[in-house]
Amino acid sequence: MLLKAENISFQYDKNSWILKDVSLTLQSGEIVGISGPSGYGKTTLCRILAGYERPQLGQVTLDGNPLPRSGFNPVQLVFQHPEKAVNPRWPIKKILKESWEPEDWILQALGIEKEWLNRWPHELSGGELQRICVARALNPETRFLIADEMTTMLDAILQAKIWQAVLAIASMRNLGVLVVSHDEHLLKRLCTRILRIEDLNNVKK
Amino acid sequence: MAVQSLAELQDYQKDYQNYQQGQVKELKLVPSALKKPILEIQNLAISFVQYTRGLKQKRTRVITDLSVRVNKGEVTVIVGSSGAGKSLLAHAIMGVLPKKAVVEGKIFYKGSELNPQRQKELRGKEIALIPQSVNSLDPLMKVGRQVRLGVKDQDAKKVQRAVFERYNLRTEDESLYPFQLSGGMLRRVLIATAVASSDVQVIIADEPTPGLDPEVLEETLTHFRQLADQGKAVLLITHDIDMALKIADRVAVFYAGTTVEIAPVRDFCGTGDKLRHPYTKALWRALPQNDFIPIPGAQPQPNELPSGCFFAPRCPLVTQTCSQKLPELREVRGGMVRCNNAS
Repeated sequence: MLLKAENISFQYDKNSWILKDVSLTLQSGEIVGISGPSGYGKTTLCRILAGYERPQLGQVTLDGNPLPRSGFNPVQLVFQHPEKAVNPRWPIKKILKESWEPEDWILQALGIEKEWLNRWPHELSGGELQRICVARALNPETRFLIADEMTTMLDAILQAKIWQAVLAIASMRNLGVLVVSHDEHLLKRLCTRILRIEDLNNVKK
Repeated sequence: MAVQSLAELQDYQKDYQNYQQGQVKELKLVPSALKKPILEIQNLAISFVQYTRGLKQKRTRVITDLSVRVNKGEVTVIVGSSGAGKSLLAHAIMGVLPKKAVVEGKIFYKGSELNPQRQKELRGKEIALIPQSVNSLDPLMKVGRQVRLGVKDQDAKKVQRAVFERYNLRTEDESLYPFQLSGGMLRRVLIATAVASSDVQVIIADEPTPGLDPEVLEETLTHFRQLADQGKAVLLITHDIDMALKIADRVAVFYAGTTVEIAPVRDFCGTGDKLRHPYTKALWRALPQNDFIPIPGAQPQPNELPSGCFFAPRCPLVTQTCSQKLPELREVRGGMVRCNNAS
């Protein structure tokens, strides 16, 4: 499968463009990194690729078709801050189940304790909640995973643990993964190619 | 600081004699072995009392045994994963823990023990906290005024302008509100608020860098290094060991509410053989530029602490004695370690 962004331009207000003429492709089985300074629209690009925002110009396609407007989106985004990505009034079990019910081995690989499923979001630490968000995004129908500073707030051991699990699942299912991070070492370790947001984005700073 | 010549050694001895005889208050030339910590935390423990049902109370110990020393002219970095008790330590030093927290252990500042009264006098004056989030600035107050608030007994405006200049903020920026500044500028304003007063001796920065891109990160770290080089003591608290190593003189590693190791920064190299504690080694090896291999298991929750060493359930070197009692922090090869098997 091919996820393609073609000549995307985006603005929140009329006077300034956040993204201009951004194009990129991501193939199944490929792990691509995006690095670069803040303020260049990395997060906005992620949101557009996953269908959270619609660009004013250009388009995002999946094998030539636009992203589905309803039903499950095969392009899943994991945010930097998990507490902003879950419904605080839902128990963890329900948060996961909205997507799917992961097999035990997936929970184990991500280090999720079964007992957490009966708790509320505020009863888990940031690192624990982030693992729930990763598990949620790994629905069997997911074809592309977009990780926006997914492990920035985690310690090194947890970061390695989550990425080992995600890489294993990605290779089993032939997923395409886009890794956005400011950590060059992490990108070098994970990715087959690394793009710089300054090169992708034609908004001049 | 190593002694290079006989003359230098004599200078040291003379200086030390004067100090001992009480002729000078502070050593001018301080070999690091003689350095007295400006801030010292000894066996700090913090518990919270919670009502579980009705009037039934449960006591949860979130910090069991933290010890760390902070020297003048040095950047001491505390590294630990979330839930290891890092932020609580900062709050305990400042004396701003919630009322229901029960604190044991001792905190010394300039050799005498801190109490709530003294903490109140010192905070914001001699001991300053740079908070985690730029949201800590008052959104409705111009940033210049926020910096001036911390300046007492001096010409506040002059001090604020000088500190703005030092941190590459323009004079006209002083009349802007936080929302008008970029993330990097806000960081600099936060640092400026903490260091504006010339009385500041100790700067505590709590997780000051998440989400910063390399450029702003580098800039922030340089500022901390400069402050230490000017003779201040800097205590930096973070989960990001990679970042810590860029500026630290010494690194204290926290695990499950205890200090497991204090090591000079040079010990973090190669395969980590110079490090003392198995957790520190695991943390070092898990970095993407090293092995990127996680150790199994998870940090225990405060209410489920093991009876012996807190790291024993995950430790590759575990022996029978490890499960008997929590090892004491002891000195090994110029650092400190809480492990029975370290040598």
